[in-house]
Amino acid sequence: MSLAEETSATSMALKNRNLLLGGALTLVFLGAALISFLWVPYDVTQMDIANKIKGPSAAHWLGTDHYGRDILAMIMVGARTSIAVAVVAVGIGMLVGVPLGLWAAARRGSLLDEVIMRGNDLVFAFPSLVIAVMITAAFGPSATNAIIAIGIFNIPVFARITRSGALTLWSRDFILAARVAGKGAARISFEHILPNVLNLLIVQGTIQFSLGILAEAGLSYVGLGAQPPTPSWGRMLADSQTFISFAPHMALFPGLAILLTVLGLNLMGDGLRDIFDPKLRRGRT
Amino acid sequence: MKSKISAAALAVALAAGPALAQDGLTVGLQLEPPHMDPTSAAAGAIDQVVYANVFEGLTRFGSDGSVNPGLASSWDISEDGLTYTFHLVEGVKFHDGTDFEATDVVFSLDRARGEDSVNAQKALFAGIESVEAVDPATVKVTLSAPDGLFLFKMAWGDAVIVAPESIEDIKTAPVGTGAFTFGNWVQGDSITLQNNADYWGEPAMLDSATFKFISDPTAAFAAMMAGDVDVFVAFPAPENLPQFDADPRYNVLIGNTEGETILAMNNAREPFSNKLVREAVAHAINRQDIIDGAMFGYGTPIGTFFAPHNPDYVDLTGLSDYDPEKAKALLEEAGVALPLKVKMTLPPPSYARRGGEIVAAQLRAVGIEPEIENVEWAQWLENTFRNAHDYDLTIISHTEPMDISSLANPDYYTGYDNPAFAEVIEKVGVESDPEVRSELLGQAQTMLAEDYVAGFLFELPLHTVAKTGVEGLWVNMPTQATDLTAVHWAK
Amino acid sequence: MLRYTLTRFLSLCLSLAVASVVIFAAIEVLPGDPASIMLGVNAQPDTLAALRSELGLDQPMVARYFAWVTGLLQGDFGISYTYRTPVAQMIADRLAVSLPLALYALGLTVVIAFPVGIWAASRRGSLGDVSVMGLTQLGVAIPNFWFAMLMVLVFAINLQWFSAGGFAGWDAGLFAVLKSLTLPAVALALPQASILARVMRSALLDTLSEDFIRTARAKGLSRRQALWRHALRNALIPVLTIIGMQFSFLLAGGIIIENVFYLPGLGRLIFQAISARDLVVVESVVMLLVFAVILVNFLVELAYAAVDPRLRAR
Repeated sequence: MSLAEETSATSMALKNRNLLLGGALTLVFLGAALISFLWVPYDVTQMDIANKIKGPSAAHWLGTDHYGRDILAMIMVGARTSIAVAVVAVGIGMLVGVPLGLWAAARRGSLLDEVIMRGNDLVFAFPSLVIAVMITAAFGPSATNAIIAIGIFNIPVFARITRSGALTLWSRDFILAARVAGKGAARISFEHILPNVLNLLIVQGTIQFSLGILAEAGLSYVGLGAQPPTPSWGRMLADSQTFISFAPHMALFPGLAILLTVLGLNLMGDGLRDIFDPKLRRGRT
Repeated sequence: MKSKISAAALAVALAAGPALAQDGLTVGLQLEPPHMDPTSAAAGAIDQVVYANVFEGLTRFGSDGSVNPGLASSWDISEDGLTYTFHLVEGVKFHDGTDFEATDVVFSLDRARGEDSVNAQKALFAGIESVEAVDPATVKVTLSAPDGLFLFKMAWGDAVIVAPESIEDIKTAPVGTGAFTFGNWVQGDSITLQNNADYWGEPAMLDSATFKFISDPTAAFAAMMAGDVDVFVAFPAPENLPQFDADPRYNVLIGNTEGETILAMNNAREPFSNKLVREAVAHAINRQDIIDGAMFGYGTPIGTFFAPHNPDYVDLTGLSDYDPEKAKALLEEAGVALPLKVKMTLPPPSYARRGGEIVAAQLRAVGIEPEIENVEWAQWLENTFRNAHDYDLTIISHTEPMDISSLANPDYYTGYDNPAFAEVIEKVGVESDPEVRSELLGQAQTMLAEDYVAGFLFELPLHTVAKTGVEGLWVNMPTQATDLTAVHWAK
Repeated sequence: MLRYTLTRFLSLCLSLAVASVVIFAAIEVLPGDPASIMLGVNAQPDTLAALRSELGLDQPMVARYFAWVTGLLQGDFGISYTYRTPVAQMIADRLAVSLPLALYALGLTVVIAFPVGIWAASRRGSLGDVSVMGLTQLGVAIPNFWFAMLMVLVFAINLQWFSAGGFAGWDAGLFAVLKSLTLPAVALALPQASILARVMRSALLDTLSEDFIRTARAKGLSRRQALWRHALRNALIPVLTIIGMQFSFLLAGGIIIENVFYLPGLGRLIFQAISARDLVVVESVVMLLVFAVILVNFLVELAYAAVDPRLRAR
């Protein structure tokens, strides 16, 4: 076994570890969100002012917040908010972006392609957070508007990656064969191109998902995400800020929840990329 | 001659000594004023900077809310209460060097009440029939009806005296008669005032004062702790006060504002047009939990729309004690379908946002389900307060002094329409006998409490955090102001 | 090339025109009347009307749009509703904070990311590589405002090394500026540096696996020599692209961090202006940011086309 092969074996194992660790972290938070539908240690809408700002204890594993609510329960239910917002935002991005990308690739070089791609650039040119602030200022802050604000910026991401993936495929032989067989561009796009860019989309989806969680946290942090009493990680952090000097547990746990979830998703995305991406695999051998 | 020089040198040396670092003061405030003209905007943030410091009125408020002589050293009131003759302080100059004279008073008052006036408190001047300059040091104001509160009204920041020579640029370069001149404005950050060496009265003790604008409660705490500001007026995070209190480097001053903090209910529309529902809400609210949870124990419970430190206050909190069972019974009696879904609109201050969350949790316990909507001031003013009155519940602190009369207006956002109450308020306005006045005010307060016009929560306290050694600050806030004229560092 | 440049330029103008319409329309639907916000709670209808006409708010929408755009083209950004000062001046003041902050953060990003990325690539698969890449994963995942909060607690409140926030102004000297900008710059730079280090590393590894490097290595060049002599230069292209994107992100994306440290920068200006319904300011600042991004994209495209003629055919 040569040195190069040995290092590549190590790194392969390492990449698998990425996937494993990432998957495990993601599952923990997904699990917490699902369990919260059936059971939570305390009702998150119930306040207990007399027991506010208590550190971790047997009764409250992660302590209580400034209204005496259980932080563990808040994090579990907050996971629901984060995941829901991110999933729907990614969904919007895929539902609109992927067909746009396929369409642009099918009509590559045409005016339509140009318009779609310039449109994408235009969306990218807008400072995303500013637009999110404007959307919520116009329509009021809510989880729905946070989803829309995040979702809009997912559209060009998916449109671009789909188009570039599809462009390389259009010159391949099997597509040529399908064209010769008389299939239309739309049919080819959905029957042959889409399945072949799916890997790309899954990897990108995982990354956008983690970005969505971060974006939701940021929007909630400035008060533009889900509204109380719906718990959300970002708002928990915002609420904890003035307490940080004497009750750091209030800031620590929601922050860790965001950090670990995003980390898990990123690791998983990396792991998936390594498995799917043929170029990297070639580069390793 | 020689001794004179050395005395001067000594004075310079003293000034250059350790005191030098402390001749200025940095004051933290939450809101930055939009501009510097207190006579054309309601923004309390403007008064917070310029009132008493840069601009002065005929009369002025003291820390205890008393009305004291300002640019008018004295006045005579005619028998019928219709004519006020103000005797102005002589030798006063505006900061640009022009003389302050009776014509400036005429100009200021006419401008405030004129046709195209943009004064936010135009109602203050509504009773004025005419203003004339008798001589450079005397002004005669004639009212259309006697007004027991006229001198009080003239003490407002909206009634300060401005000069026609400098009115053009007042928004960016305010020129007043106060103990401080306007210095520099770094927008988004700070405003600096300079000591006015030519001040007509007792000169200010600070060489300069910088107002630094920090809207975020966390940043306010951090700035205070890091020593970036010397004083923070209306400190926005009550949860941090015990820390400051325990720290020998800081003093915490706790005083009153005129802010009745209420859970306003839209009396003009369903379901809160029904008095039983309003009464149910009043009993569903646990004031102590709200004060503990939102204000960390600071705040005096109120039972009506009146400041508890006012001698005419009547304690009516018993009418709306915490009794969730009674609340449920009242809701049943009212025949509303439970859960009752309503909208709760909350403006930005933390008393409203936090208080709202707690109130919502308490209301849910009796079957009322408020949907919280956090809004910016802009939307709150537009949709809740001014035009549409499109709200069910909101939380707001009414910080104007003696504002019980505003509820007499059926078009006010509270939508409370009770002619009997309006009649009492009207009588108060023209009554000059203090005892009868007090009696009438008591009646008015009781009417509001018995009609459960709103959920009366607490009187907003004023928390000022100051570095040890800062003296002469106002403890209370009878009007929105940061009067720095007597503030100094302990020697 | 000229033709290409011309079409790109036309496309740039078109993008800007579309952007201006979108921005103006978006701001038109913002609820809240600037005049009533300025006059506050007790303002009377006639007073409001007077102010509205003073601000030009009683003009029809289309007229206001063209007035705005013609102004922009002449470099006149209008007068702020709330502050009553020229918007151009306000933007210039805020840029004096945001631009140095963005450059500072970008500088930190590069200074951290280059050595880390190169080091990790040169020791690929080693324990050092694994741990450093693990740390960059954390850096990408950490919410920067949370990181900022923790830094304020430790370095400003407890240790008092840096300002907890605020901007002393350039008059206060370089030291004071560094004192107030360091924590925000670090908070902004950490995730960006993590991203850039990862890009650097993988770009290097990509080029290292290219045929010409393999040939060089077959000729006896050590891996480290190959990396420094050949791979680095080739890896710079994707790295510089990312740096370009990061700069525009840092310029516009500091809203949250500027809020944590209450820095009077562009981001906070937009935030304040939106809540005060200072529409002229919002429009102009957003337009300026969009213009900056579109311009950078345009220049990058031209640069690429100059380097790689194939792109021109597209």
